[in-house]
Amino acid sequence: MKMETKLMKGNEALAEAAIQAGCDAYFGYPITPQSEVLEYLAKEMPKRGGVVLQAESEVASINMIYGAAGAGFRSMTSSSSPGISLMQEGISYIAGAELPCLIVNVNRAGPGLGTIQPGQGDYFQSTKGGGHGDYRLIVLAPSSVQEMADFVFLGFDLADKYRNPVLILSDGAIGQMMEKVTFGKFKPGKVDKPWATVGKPATRERNYITSLHIKPEMLEKHNEKLIAKYEEVKKNEVRFEEINTGDAEYLMVAYGLCARICHKAVNIAREKGIKVGLLRPITLFPFPTEKLNKLAESMKLMLTVELNAGQMVEDVRLSVNGKVPVEFYGRLGGMLPNPDEIVNKLENLIKKNHAL
Amino acid sequence: MRSEEHLLVDEQLISAKEESDDKTTAEKEITETVIPDKPRCLDEEYEMVYHKPKTLVDVSMHYCPGCAHSLVHKLVMEVVDELGIQEQTIGVAPVGCAVFAYDYMDIDMSEAAHGRACATATGIKRLMPDRYVFTYQGDGDLAAIGIAETLHTINRGENITIVFMNNAVYGMTSGQMAPTSLVGMKTTTSPFGRDVMEYGEPIRVSELISHLPGAFYVTRQAVNSATAVRKAKKALMNAFRYQKLKKGTSFVEIIGNCPSNWKMTPIEASKYIDDEMIKTFPLGDIKLPKGEDLKLLEEVK
Repeated sequence: MKMETKLMKGNEALAEAAIQAGCDAYFGYPITPQSEVLEYLAKEMPKRGGVVLQAESEVASINMIYGAAGAGFRSMTSSSSPGISLMQEGISYIAGAELPCLIVNVNRAGPGLGTIQPGQGDYFQSTKGGGHGDYRLIVLAPSSVQEMADFVFLGFDLADKYRNPVLILSDGAIGQMMEKVTFGKFKPGKVDKPWATVGKPATRERNYITSLHIKPEMLEKHNEKLIAKYEEVKKNEVRFEEINTGDAEYLMVAYGLCARICHKAVNIAREKGIKVGLLRPITLFPFPTEKLNKLAESMKLMLTVELNAGQMVEDVRLSVNGKVPVEFYGRLGGMLPNPDEIVNKLENLIKKNHAL
Repeated sequence: MRSEEHLLVDEQLISAKEESDDKTTAEKEITETVIPDKPRCLDEEYEMVYHKPKTLVDVSMHYCPGCAHSLVHKLVMEVVDELGIQEQTIGVAPVGCAVFAYDYMDIDMSEAAHGRACATATGIKRLMPDRYVFTYQGDGDLAAIGIAETLHTINRGENITIVFMNNAVYGMTSGQMAPTSLVGMKTTTSPFGRDVMEYGEPIRVSELISHLPGAFYVTRQAVNSATAVRKAKKALMNAFRYQKLKKGTSFVEIIGNCPSNWKMTPIEASKYIDDEMIKTFPLGDIKLPKGEDLKLLEEVK
């Protein structure tokens, strides 16, 4: 495929990538700050051979995905926080029935109607299941428009590989900002789906898609099978980016938009002579637990920065298991920290730490 | 030769007996009187005039004695057999008594979340427009929690068949008030009878959706007598065949017997439909395709 570089909004780059990644169907409902996905696809999909449908609600869209994914088609939906909350029941069914599909959350600040500005308050919902029952989504956190596009390919492939829903957890800033994005790096993956409900030929038993296992001993087995799958995912799919960690004494941990701000903060702090690095988890599930645990051995202190009241910091603390103090800095309500503010926080913590 | 009428009466008698306290005697009697050692049709002097549809899986169903579901499952599968569309048919089962429908229907099926069968069916049909797709839903599923999906799916004129089983109660959860419960009907959550001041009138879904342009064929049937069963079968047959036309949604409401939750014998339940249910839910066609559309059907056949 020919490489092509364009200037695009994050949401539009994601939508374009979906078409190029062989997305057969998109079902969605408008909500700020991600309506561009539906708008772009409403215009482009019919021309390029895909199904696009504006559903009556997020509840309907996720259940349309359930039908289309169950029939073996590459299916995607996108929304923002309140809409993703509405989808949780359907996502639980999809995880239970082991259907591959791609869900995109362009996170805005909450709770409730909150605001349309960026937030990371949906970290718990995204990484701990979100709906009812024991299940996990594979969660990818882009921090650039390029990654908004790239992770669509990766997301569909991981979904097919593990028969599991994949969530791209973006935010209002990454979705709305314009950057250079290069297409043509990846090809759409193809997987046989002999389990799909496409109509039963005489040559095989009937296929049915369900998350119902009424006998407790059967459901327990099903749960164990899911857990084994998640363990496999943890073993194979951890992704992260390390910046200036080689000689670092201090470590910032941040994902998505926050990681970009922290990258700048690292540069400012380095100019001031503070040996600080950054770990950016790319997969939020599976979480880079081992990496953090190892990094903890050479760090004096870790600082987790998030656009929420402190969610990922819990996973960071679990990962380092007390080896090193893990501090938190967050902004809320759609407000963003500036890099100096983060450096200030780090300097104060270092002082406090030395005083102890 | 045994007609469907006889079979129905037999089923009802068996059910009535099973409901009696003295189960051992009843079971014994059934074994002795109803089930012959070997099917009589296998004797040379008898001619095979009826058999279960091939796409109906040969297992015993979990439905209560006298329940309409088993009968309607059979009718739907007869339609699939007679149209020869097993390979092209995908069914969507609801949450409710028919949640296990895929255990009984030998076709590809998808279970759906409560109320979302129409959305799931939309997802399937949009990707495979040439397949026959149907939902099979109860009144709680379709008319309460799923009314938004129902209305929008029909309004879009999705080319699917909706089989709407209306027995005026939540069956699976053991008899709570449904959006279609009759005025004054006693259920576990309306112990003094459905009060219009509190809950309004029962929703007449077929009449409601017939106003949507996307509704191509809307009919209300029952299965409480041999005649009704034959009519319901014909309606289901039409509803499936019309999918070929791609003209809109075919909607078959079936007033279903629910003796267990109505606290009646199967025979009383059948009578209750004639005496009470049809006053609120009159049987018959509510919206019929236009003549020119039906001509097209002859062509695509």
